[in-house]
Amino acid sequence: MTNTWQDIRNANVVLVMGGNAAEAHPCGFKWVIEAKIENGAKLVVVDPRFTRTASVADYYAPIRPGTDIAFLSGVMRYLLEKDAIQHEYVRAYTNAGLIVKEGFDFQDGLFSGYNSETHSYDKSSWDYELDEQGFAKSDDSWQDPRCVINLLKRHVARYTPEMVSRITGTPQDKFLHICELFASTAAPDKAMTSLFALGWTQHTVGAQNIRAMAMIQLLLGNIGVAGGGMNALRGHSNIQGLTDVGLLSNQMPGYLTLPNDKETSFDEYMSTKLFKPLRPGQTSYWQNYRKFVVSLQKSLYGDAATQENNWAYDWLPKLDVPLYDIIRAFEMMNAGQMNGYICQGFNPLQAFPDRGKIRRGLSKLKFLVTMDPLDTETSRFWQDFGPQNPAKPAEIQTEVFQLPTTCFAEENGSLVNSARWLQWHWKAAEAPGEAMSDIWIMSGIFHRLRELYRKEGGAFPDPILNVSWKYTDPVAPDPEELAKDMNGRALVDITDPATGVTTKAGTLLDAFAQLRDDGTTAAGCWIFTGSFTEKGNQMARRDATDPREQGIAPNWAWAWPANRRILYNRASANLEGKAWNPKKPVIEWNGTRWVGIDVPDYGPTVKPSDGVGPFIMNAEGMGRLFARNLMAEGPFPEHYEPMESPVENVLHPKVNANPVARVFADDRSAFGNAKDFPYVATTYRLTEHFHFWTKHALINAILQPEEFVEIGEVLAKEKGIEQGGWVKVSSKRGEVVCKAYVTKRIKPLIVDGKPAHVIGVPLHWGFTGQARKGYGANTLTPSVGDANTQTPEFKAFLVNVEKTSAPVAA
Amino acid sequence: MALTRREFIKFTGLGLAASSMGMLGFGGSGVAQAAAVRPFKLTHATETRNTCTYCSVACGILIYSMGDRAKNALSNIIHIEGDPDHPVNRGTLCPKGSALLDIVHAPTRLKTPRYREPGGTEFKDVSWDFALDRIARLMKEDRDKHFIATNAAGTTVNRWTSTGMLAASASSSETAFLTWKVARSLGMVVFDNQARV
Repeated sequence: MTNTWQDIRNANVVLVMGGNAAEAHPCGFKWVIEAKIENGAKLVVVDPRFTRTASVADYYAPIRPGTDIAFLSGVMRYLLEKDAIQHEYVRAYTNAGLIVKEGFDFQDGLFSGYNSETHSYDKSSWDYELDEQGFAKSDDSWQDPRCVINLLKRHVARYTPEMVSRITGTPQDKFLHICELFASTAAPDKAMTSLFALGWTQHTVGAQNIRAMAMIQLLLGNIGVAGGGMNALRGHSNIQGLTDVGLLSNQMPGYLTLPNDKETSFDEYMSTKLFKPLRPGQTSYWQNYRKFVVSLQKSLYGDAATQENNWAYDWLPKLDVPLYDIIRAFEMMNAGQMNGYICQGFNPLQAFPDRGKIRRGLSKLKFLVTMDPLDTETSRFWQDFGPQNPAKPAEIQTEVFQLPTTCFAEENGSLVNSARWLQWHWKAAEAPGEAMSDIWIMSGIFHRLRELYRKEGGAFPDPILNVSWKYTDPVAPDPEELAKDMNGRALVDITDPATGVTTKAGTLLDAFAQLRDDGTTAAGCWIFTGSFTEKGNQMARRDATDPREQGIAPNWAWAWPANRRILYNRASANLEGKAWNPKKPVIEWNGTRWVGIDVPDYGPTVKPSDGVGPFIMNAEGMGRLFARNLMAEGPFPEHYEPMESPVENVLHPKVNANPVARVFADDRSAFGNAKDFPYVATTYRLTEHFHFWTKHALINAILQPEEFVEIGEVLAKEKGIEQGGWVKVSSKRGEVVCKAYVTKRIKPLIVDGKPAHVIGVPLHWGFTGQARKGYGANTLTPSVGDANTQTPEFKAFLVNVEKTSAPVAA
Repeated sequence: MALTRREFIKFTGLGLAASSMGMLGFGGSGVAQAAAVRPFKLTHATETRNTCTYCSVACGILIYSMGDRAKNALSNIIHIEGDPDHPVNRGTLCPKGSALLDIVHAPTRLKTPRYREPGGTEFKDVSWDFALDRIARLMKEDRDKHFIATNAAGTTVNRWTSTGMLAASASSSETAFLTWKVARSLGMVVFDNQARV
C-alpha cells in the first residue's frame, strides 16, 4: 500500500476492483465504511461476482474475469477525451510531456521490437528522446505528437465505451457512470483510493492491470495525497516482510536485485544500477544503490567482505534465467532436474497451479522437507487419500521430513503489514510437544552443513564458512539481534560530512542516509534502517496518537522507509508546496522546510522552486504514464485475453493472449478450449477461511465445512443443477466433484454479443484438517504466470460443469 | 429482543463461539453462565500483545494465557481477542481472527519431527538430531554433486539449482532474514515466497 488502512477514510471515491476487501480483509474494510459515513465517499465495486463488498457499494458493475485492462483503458480514454484530469499535477509530476524516441510504435497488438521466435521484445525503442546532456526531451505545451500524453491518447483511442462493453461484458451505461465517478476526483482537493489484491495480480497480465490503474491515479492526481494511492491489500500476515527481505528468486533484501550471469564483476553489476537523473536536478535516489549493496555484504560476511574481494560479490549466486519461480521449479521437478525441496510454512500441493503436476513433481524428488505448525497436504502428498489425493506410496521414493514449528503465538518478532508497518509481537506460550521455531531449525540445518563442509570440504564452501554468525546464542539467534542486523550499524567511527556528527563504531544507525559504500557500515535490509536504533525497538512503539485523526499515527510501530506512512507525499502539495486539499494536508513547505504529519518523501529542505520531482526513486523524478523498458509487455497496458478464454481478442485476433507470457510446452498442451470447456472460472477466498490453514480450526471448519462452487441461476437451470446438488467441474487438467451453490450473485454477461457464464471456485479445501475432504481449486487452474512476475493465472480460466450424483461414502 | 450495542456485540461474539461452547457442554442457559465466568478467568491470565496471523490488515490481538511465566509453570493460551488500542482494527476481529484460539490448539498441530522413508506407507516419529543430520547430509550430497561454479562461458556463477526452497508467509521478518542468509550462502536460486499465491 502507498497509504495506510486508516487513511482510506479520507477518500471521496473508493474503488474495489481486483479484490473483495469486505470478505478477505474485513477489519481493514471498516475504513471504507468510515469513508462512506464520515466523508460521504462513494464506494465503487467492479467484480465478476456480486460480493459482500459489492453489497455495500454505492455502485456495482460486473466484469468478465481477465478483462480489467480493457475497462481501465476505456476509463483513461474517457478522462482524456473529457479532459477530466488534474492538469497541474499531470503536467508537473508525470512524464506526460516527455518525448518518446522515433521508432517506438504499436500495431496490431504488438509494440515495436517484437521477436516472434523468442516471444520477447527488443525494448530499445521504448524510451525517451535524449538531448546532448543525456536528459529526456520535453514539450511542456504537449504539442509534440510524440510526447507521452499524445501517444497515450492514441493508444487508448480504441477503447470506446462500445468496445469496452464488447470485451468486458460490463453494460455501457454502468461503465460510463463509473467513469463519471472517477472523473469527479480530478478536482485537486478530491481523492480516490484503489484497493486491490490477487484479483488483479493472478493474471498473465497482472502487473499491467495494476499499472493501468496507477496511470489513472496519476491522471487524476491521486497519488501521494490523503485518501488516494494504489493500495495492494496483501494476503498474508508477513508476505510484505518476506518480499521486503527479498525472499524471491531474483531479489536481495530491500529490493536490490540478485546479479545475473552477464554481470561478471561487481562493477559490471553496478554499472546497470547507476540511475543517472534523466531530468536536470532530480534526486534519483537509487544513485545510492552501491551503499546498500556493500552494507548488505558487510552484514552477511563481516570482515570477510572486503574492497579487495569486491565485497564478496562472487559469493552471491548468479541467475541464468530471469526467475526460478514456482512454475519453473515444478517444471524442473517434473523434468527430473531437482532433487530436494524445502517448504517452510508453505503448502504448494494446494497453493500452486495444476495440482496434478505438483503431485507428480514432488513424487520425483529425492527429499522433501516441510516446516509447519500444521499437518499440511504437501507433507502427505505420497499418501493415498482417495480421489482427492490418489497416490501409490510404494512407487514414491521421496524421503519426507515433517518438522513441527511454532506458530505466531509462540514467538517474538516483527511482521510487516500491508501498509509497510513493522509491528513487533511477543510470545505468549511454549509450542506444543517438541515443536521448534523456524529460526532454530534453519540454524540447526546450517550449523550441521557448515560442520560437514569444515570436516569434509566440498563444492565451494567459502560463503558457508564465512557467513557472519555473531549471535549470543548461535543455536537459536534472538529475533532482536536479527532485527538489529537488518537495521544496521556503524563498523568504525563515522562522521557525517554535512553535520560533523560522529557515530561511534558499533552504534545502531538511525537512517539509511548514513550508509556508506566503503565497508564502514553494515545493514542487512537498508529500507529497515531506523527500525531498531539506540533508542530501542521502534517496531514495538504503541503510541496511537493520530494528529487530526487523519490516519497516520506516526508513533505507532514503525513504517519503512524512514517511518514514512504515505509514499510520494511530496505530491500531496502543489508546485508552491501548499496542500492540494487544504483540509487534509500531509506535508507542506513552511518557507524553510517541509513540515506536516508525515515524514517527507523528499529532501526535507529542498525548496519547491528547485523543481525536484516528487517521485524521487525515478530517474526523471516523475510518475510514469509511459513505463519505458520496465515492463515485459510494453510501456502502455494492452488488453490481451487470458490464456484460456471463451472468445477471441476482438482488438487483434492474431495476438490473442499475452505475447511475452512464458509457457512451457507441457503446460501449453494442458490448456483447454472453449468448445470443451465453455465457462469462465475464477478462484477466491471465503470470509470464514484463510487459505488451507483454517480448515484445521474447529470453528471455521464448522462455519464453512465443505468444498463447493458458485453457479449462477441461469446456468444452473440450463444444466439442471439444483441448489446443493452435486456437480463435476472439470478443466483440461483435472476435475473436482463437489456441491453447487446456486446463486443470484453471478449473472451471465453479454460478451461480444454472446452470453458468458462465470463459475466461482473458492480455494480452501484439502485432505487434512477438520473440514470435509476436498480437492482444492488448484486441481483446475492452469500453469502459466504473469510475464513479469510469473504470478499464476488463477483468476480467469476455462472449465466445464456437469450435474453428477453424490460420491459413494468412503 | 431489545439489546444495547454492547450486549449485541457480546451476543454476536458468542454466536460465533457457540459451536465450540456446545462441544464443551454449554447449552442454553450455560451460555449466560459462561459469559459471567469469563471476565474472572481473564483477570488471572497473563496478557500478551501479538498480531493476527492471517491477512495483512495485521490486527492487533491480546492473547490471554494461564501461567505466570514462572519456572515450571507452563503457559496455556485460553483466550484471544482484538486489541482495542490498535489503530487499525480498534479491537475488532473477523471470523478468522475470532477463531485464532482454535488454530493455536488445532488437533492437527504437529508435535514431533516425523520421517517417511522411500516407498514407506507411514510417518515415523524421529528425533530432531536424526531429522536435521539426515537433511544436512542429503543437502550436502546434492549440493556437492550439482553445484554450478562456472557456466558454459567460464563465468563464475556459484549457483545451486537442484534443491529449492519456499519461505513462509507468516513467519517474522527476523526468521526471513536468517533464512535468506542460509539459502543464499548455499547458492540457492530456486527460492520463492507466497507473494504470488
